[in-house]
Amino acid sequence: MHETDMTKALILTIKDWWEAQPTPPNIEKIHLLVGEFTCVEPRSLQFAFETQTQNTFLSGVELVIKDIPLIAFCHPCQQQYWPKIGEQYACPHCHSPMEDIRSGRELKIDRIEYSENNSLASS
Amino acid sequence: MHQTVNAALGVNLLQANQTEANHNRDHFDAWGITCFNLMSSPGAGKTVLLEKTLSVLSSQLNLAVIEGDMTTELDAEKLRQSGVPVIGINTGRSCHLDAKMVAGGLHQLQENYQPETFDLIFVENVGNLVCPAEFEVGEHTKVALLSVTEGDDKPLKYPVMFQEADCLLVTKMDIAPHLDIDINRIEENVRQINPNVTIIPVSAKTGEGLTNWFNWVYERINQNSIATH
Ligand SMILES: Nc1nc2c(ncn2[C@@H]2O[C@H](COP(=O)(O)OP(=O)(O)OP(=O)(O)O)[C@@H](O)[C@H]2O)c(=O)[nH]1
Ligand SMILES: [Mg+2]
Ligand SMILES: [Zn+2]
Repeated sequence: MHETDMTKALILTIKDWWEAQPTPPNIEKIHLLVGEFTCVEPRSLQFAFETQTQNTFLSGVELVIKDIPLIAFCHPCQQQYWPKIGEQYACPHCHSPMEDIRSGRELKIDRIEYSENNSLASS
Repeated sequence: MHQTVNAALGVNLLQANQTEANHNRDHFDAWGITCFNLMSSPGAGKTVLLEKTLSVLSSQLNLAVIEGDMTTELDAEKLRQSGVPVIGINTGRSCHLDAKMVAGGLHQLQENYQPETFDLIFVENVGNLVCPAEFEVGEHTKVALLSVTEGDDKPLKYPVMFQEADCLLVTKMDIAPHLDIDINRIEENVRQINPNVTIIPVSAKTGEGLTNWFNWVYERINQNSIATH
């Protein structure tokens, strides 16, 4: 399960960020972008995240995964199209191969949502 | 007061692996080694192909193998019969090699041999059509194997590995006549996602196509040494 490895990488990156803050923020949500044309299954990632963050500083944090569709651009037709994953990747109009992927390869931590507890900070 | 704040990160999840892979490639380049990453589903024929390849090419080239296997040393042992140095990497429960594991392998290579004497290193990845494609290990060349028993729709169903391959070996051609498989169909499907891939039908059993494969290996080594020197 490479989702386990990716979750490890995710947690390490977040931890680095968390520790670099002046006061440890209270993380609420982590937003990921996961392209359709990757080998990552969002549900497995979700599950691995829940399991691996139990009893850590990320326990209970929500992982929000945004699916990014596969979009290709056909140069002969000068237009973009949406390949049918598992069936057809060539351009539906002129059957040129899929050479220019415009989106769908993302595997990214987009942003972190956190709260600053001001009363705590000032006391 | 409770206030929600956003921090934009934009960090790639595979960045750590990518950094490590680039580091491995720098070592290969400094040592003058070309590295091939062999990927396929379990049992497509990576080890048998490597046995044949080592037995022919080891008289002309200095070779080594990094062998990824989930739990056993079986494949590594098999390949050691050829006399070529084989570094076995136990991937444990991980279903692919990652750059860090290969870095560990390179470390062993450095301790036990003189790495600058090698020309070519084959990495046999863990048998898996899905995961190895996302984890670069520092290779210069990706070779995918698809055996004729797997069906011609696999490049459509597991596109990422086939899209990234520089060479596709269609293996076990000796049994193709007994099967309902259309080699042209495999080619058509792969070219939808990877129009420039070199496709070589081979049989490790009869030797069919192996000369084409060896020629391709030499071509890649030459291209790579021109690019890195
Ligand atoms: N008929 C035929 N059988 C082959 C050929 N190449 C490999 N095989 C058989 O396919 C089976 C698997 O071959 P391996 O080389 O072990 O496959 P692999 O890809 O290394 O397998 P894993 O490392 O487990 O993923 C063995 O029983 C081989 O004898 C071939 O060219 N023709
Ligand atoms: Mg093997
Ligand atoms: Zn078109």
